[in-house]
Amino acid sequence: MSSKDSTSKTLTVAFFLCVICSILVSGTAVLLKPRQEANRVLDRNKNVLSAAGMFDALINSDEEVDQIFSRFTPRIVDLHTGRFLLDAELEALQIDVESYDQRLVINDSNYSEAIPRQQDLANLKRRVNYQMVYIMEEAGELDTLVIPVSGYALWGILYGFLALEGDANTVKGLAFYELKETPGLGAEVRNPSWTGLWPGKQVYNDAGEVSLRVVKGAGSGDFQIDGLAGATLTSHGVDNLIQYWLGEDGFGPLLADIRSSRGGR
Amino acid sequence: MAAVKQVLLTPLFENNPITLQILGVCSALAVTTQLSVTLVMCIALTLVTAFSNFFISMICHHMPTSIRIIVQMTIIASLVITVDQFLQAFAYEISKDLSVFVGLIITNCIVMGRAEAFAMKNPPVISFLDGIGNGLGYSLVLISVACIRELFGSGTLLGFEILPLIENGGWYQRNGLMLLSPSAFFIIGFLVWALRSVKTEQVEAREYRLAPQSKEEGSF
Repeated sequence: MSSKDSTSKTLTVAFFLCVICSILVSGTAVLLKPRQEANRVLDRNKNVLSAAGMFDALINSDEEVDQIFSRFTPRIVDLHTGRFLLDAELEALQIDVESYDQRLVINDSNYSEAIPRQQDLANLKRRVNYQMVYIMEEAGELDTLVIPVSGYALWGILYGFLALEGDANTVKGLAFYELKETPGLGAEVRNPSWTGLWPGKQVYNDAGEVSLRVVKGAGSGDFQIDGLAGATLTSHGVDNLIQYWLGEDGFGPLLADIRSSRGGR
Repeated sequence: MAAVKQVLLTPLFENNPITLQILGVCSALAVTTQLSVTLVMCIALTLVTAFSNFFISMICHHMPTSIRIIVQMTIIASLVITVDQFLQAFAYEISKDLSVFVGLIITNCIVMGRAEAFAMKNPPVISFLDGIGNGLGYSLVLISVACIRELFGSGTLLGFEILPLIENGGWYQRNGLMLLSPSAFFIIGFLVWALRSVKTEQVEAREYRLAPQSKEEGSF
């Protein structure tokens, strides 16, 4: 047995290797963390703005994001009551609006719950009860409301933001920021020529029911969006997530409140 | 100098890790739908291969044979995590697109293969260059595949429109197959065929004839 194969040598090499490698890995992770966090926040803000049609990667630069985003205020909605949480309630729940990331607490039963199967239109299995929404006010009146939406499509969960006008009924835009759909087929939900179909569509009919649908083929009227050719299951996924998040179990009650406080339009 | 040139250039055509050694094909399928993503993946893999070769060659005389593979894996994994952290900090959009495939460089056969086949027997600097050379050989194939897939699948190159798509008011009907993984298999197959037609010495001997052992170790 040569000297490098002795037990003590093996243990020494293993020990030093572990120490050096862990210093390298933890060092880079700690040093780069602030930058990565900033990237994540920037990315989220960009997605909120592009849903509201206020950011276009081809025109706007990253530097403008903070300035445009400062017009929005993040608020937390309790889906059970359908209203915004007050500061005291946020404190009791230990939610800090600045750093709250609802996707991290999806498995924490203090913040989230399982969705009963018959209500689970978007096939999500679990949902977070305290959802962060973004509101922009113009002269004291609600101008834009951006809500997070998610739902299972063909290969995985679609995550995105839906922006509504101040009447809580007219769509201002839709943007998905994370998906696993097939490139060229399902992933076309991000194509501007398809998301461009959404602005101006109406969500609720006179009876207050969700009437916005993604239909197969060409849609018509205020309540229909053309389905994506060759991506039927992804189109269903988008349709399902609209039904769920804008319906009774999602943001429906909050949006109904806003509509009635605006004079029952 | 001749040795340096040889170490750097032979992996491009004569001993290409993908087309001759058939290593690292898995990532060649997954990250070649967009050229920009492919370029970042190629840089990441080239750096990891070069530095893992360098460090492994540096300590190969102290490496106990019983934990040799574990030591190599630990070095490779640390380098890959470091690269991943840098991508998340400086190229966030692309790191989102690459997702797990950066992490999967750890299991890329080229890295491990070069560490075992070259770095264990050669001094550090030449091993480093061998890593760069093999990274370039990998990049050459990946970039060719990505150019074909992005051009015919999306009508763009690096995101710039080359063939205007019908969906966007142009004339080009995109080829949906190009966006799916099997197309990379076909393209790599054609590349191997083309290369072996020119360099006939790369054609493998028929299996039913008693052939001498191939010089390079094969892998998945």
